[in-house]
Parts: sequence; structure tokens; C-alpha cells
Amino acid sequence: MKGYTAANADGRAIHYVDRKRWFWLLSVLYPLQPFIGIWLHARTGHQGWLLLPLFLNYVLAPLVDSVVGEDTNNPPEEVVLQLDRDRYYRTLTYIVVPLHFLSLIGAAWWAGTQSLSWWAFIGFAVVAGNTSGLGINTGHELGHKKSRLERTLAKIVLAVPAYGHFWIEHNRGHHRDVSTPEDPASARMGESIYRFALREIPGAFRRAWLIEKDRLERREKSVWDPDNQVLQSLALSAVLQIGLLIAFGWKMIPFLAIHNVMAWWQLTSANYIEHYGLLRLRGDNGRVERCQPYHSWNSNHIFSNLVLFHLERHSDHHAHPLRRYQSLRHFADLPTLPNGYFGCYLLAWVPWLWFRVMDPKLLALPHIDGDLARINLDPASADAIRRRYGKAAS
Amino acid sequence: MTVYRCPECGYQYDEETGDEHEGYPPGTAFADLPDDFACPDCSVRFKDDFEAT
Repeated sequence: MKGYTAANADGRAIHYVDRKRWFWLLSVLYPLQPFIGIWLHARTGHQGWLLLPLFLNYVLAPLVDSVVGEDTNNPPEEVVLQLDRDRYYRTLTYIVVPLHFLSLIGAAWWAGTQSLSWWAFIGFAVVAGNTSGLGINTGHELGHKKSRLERTLAKIVLAVPAYGHFWIEHNRGHHRDVSTPEDPASARMGESIYRFALREIPGAFRRAWLIEKDRLERREKSVWDPDNQVLQSLALSAVLQIGLLIAFGWKMIPFLAIHNVMAWWQLTSANYIEHYGLLRLRGDNGRVERCQPYHSWNSNHIFSNLVLFHLERHSDHHAHPLRRYQSLRHFADLPTLPNGYFGCYLLAWVPWLWFRVMDPKLLALPHIDGDLARINLDPASADAIRRRYGKAAS
Repeated sequence: MTVYRCPECGYQYDEETGDEHEGYPPGTAFADLPDDFACPDCSVRFKDDFEAT
């Protein structure tokens, strides 16, 4: 197995072998999940198999995460440069880009050409949307890099979930404003995921548009100029989805509508759990404190991290946004989610249960210690939260 | 003409070349960048954080 050798500060040699190296292939294969359903449906004639990926994501993945558990290993800092330069890791993020297109086109082909019951059709469109939601994750990893190739691939892959503005919005907006009340992509304590979605989805689009508009104005160009990076990716989405409509007919209208909303919902779910209630304080100088690892919820659950390019090591990601996925670190005493992302999505979709599990965890964080002034509170729920938890603040 | 560097990600703003993509023409002084200027690559360091090299 490939290893990396470097000298530490004392001049002693350190050798590191990345035991997860080959397991990162899971992030490449996971977006092919609609094909498992198609294959089993074709073999058995039972259309229920098309929904198997839902079972995989929302029953099996949370179960595997809780059984296999967490991985707190970090690569030694001395080898991170070599690990980052190892082209194997970034190649995986390139290979998965066409696979996202293949998954959507394959799922659309099957949904458009088979006579499915209404429930199997809807369910399979949800599966396709979830899978394209993983495309946002791929676009996320690629879009944070400096190379032109990676940035271009990010814009291309974001055409699959029809979420081209994400690249601008996330890098230039969310990372700047994360864990502040101003950020539409950071959830507030007491805000249900459903109310959050209504703030996040339009808010994120508006912010991306304004950021691009500002940039183009400085270049003395119209916001409708082809240089608008939001429009570039959306134009590719339009070509893709109109192409599917022409190829497979009217059934693509409901299919793609469900697909798009479900893909966005994946991102909404991730955004919701990643910073719930966390707040960067404003200092006496009026500036918001720098984003620290404790301004993101983290998860070290092995399986879901391996299928999401380490997205769940979110604390290190926000503190150091350009760090490559293979090098992201765990830190002690971080805000920690109770399961991997898929299990936490389930929890988030049932707001009373989410509040019940997460609110006490939030209040118990060492940097908050029950102080509601250190929490990003939902204004509409603030009174109720103060009545309920106010004692902890005194 | 000075080069300013983002201490987080290493992005460099060179006053001589500016940053065309971001809409800062060659010759734009670092001091003339907007007050809310954030690093175009990582967005987690701001104008005050940049270091002259």
C-alpha cells in the first residue's frame, strides 16, 4: 500500500499509510445507485426494487454508521502536502463527474420508457433527485479548489442537480457569512428544516446573483453577460433537461420537477444540520469573529464520510476551505452530530425530534455552556426558547 | 507596487496585475479594494488580514 514519508520537527522520519485510500472509491460508486434498482427491476420484473436506494440511504447507511462507528484518525501534518499532491485523490473527483450525468440520464431513460405505477415513478424520481444531490457534494469538493480544471468541472457537475449558483453562493457567500444570522444557509436554533428551506433556497439564489452582479458591474458588464457564472451552469442544466424532455417525452416534466426539488432538498438537509444554532460572535470592533472549528457540526462516522468525500468533517472544512478531502482532520471537543449525515437528515425531517436531540447538545457545547447569547436563535422561536432554557443562561 | 497575500490559502493580490476576473484592473491599489473585500479563493480572510509580501 502506498505510504508517505516525511521528517517531523525533531528530524525523525514519520511514515503514514492512508488506510482509507481505496475506500474513497465509494464516493465514486455511490452516485450509481439508481442502476442497482434498474438492474433488479429488469431481472425480477418487480418495480419496487427501483426504490432500493432509499432503503440504502435512509435505513442501511445510518445503521452501518452506528454499527461501524467513527474514525478519529488524522494524517500527520508533515505528510499533508504529499497527500494533497497525490493525483489519485483528485482523479476520483474528476471521474465521478460524468457518472453523475450517466445516473440522471439512465434514470430518466428508465422512468421515460417503462410503464411504472405512479408510486414507483414518483419514488424513482426521488431516488434520481437524491443521487443528483450527491452531485452537489462533488461540485462542492471541486469548487473549493484553485485550478481552472476543478472549477470548470464543478460548474459542469452542478448542471445535473440544476444548482449552478451553488458554486458562487457557497464559496463566496456561505463561507464568508457562515454561522451568522445573516447567512441563509446556516440554520437557527428553533427553526424547523421546513421553515429553513423557505429562507435558504431563495436566499442562497439571491445572494449568488448579487455576488455575481457586483463582480460583473466592476467589470462594466451586464448581469446577463455570458460571463455570469450562475447563468453558465444553468444554461447547461437547460440543455440537459430539455434534451431529456425531447428524448423521453412528457413524463420528464413531473420526473425532472421531482428530481430537481429532491436534489436541492439534499443540500438543504446538509446545510440545516451543518451549523444548526451555532453563532460567530461580533467583537467590540464590530467584526464577526473568525470561523473556528466549533462553528460547524462535525461527524466522523466512517461509512457516510466515505461516500461523501469527507464532507462530514465539516469543522476543518470551514476553518480551512481549500483543504482537500483526504486531508481533512478531526479535532477533539467539536460539536458532534449523533450519526452520519443520512441518519441526521432523518432526524431533521422530524422537527420535534430534532429539537429534542440537538437543542440540549447545542446548549451543552463548551463554548456555549447554556448561554443563549452565544447561539444563533430563530427570532420567531426566541421567546419560547428563553422560557424553556433561560434558566440555563442564568 | 506591492503583492498582498492571504494568510489562509496563499491567494496573492498583485497591485501591478490586479485581478481581472474579480473586476480589479491592473494597477488597482490594495487600499482601493472595497472595505468588505474577502479573499476570492477562500472567503474566510478579509482585507485587514492580508499581509504585504
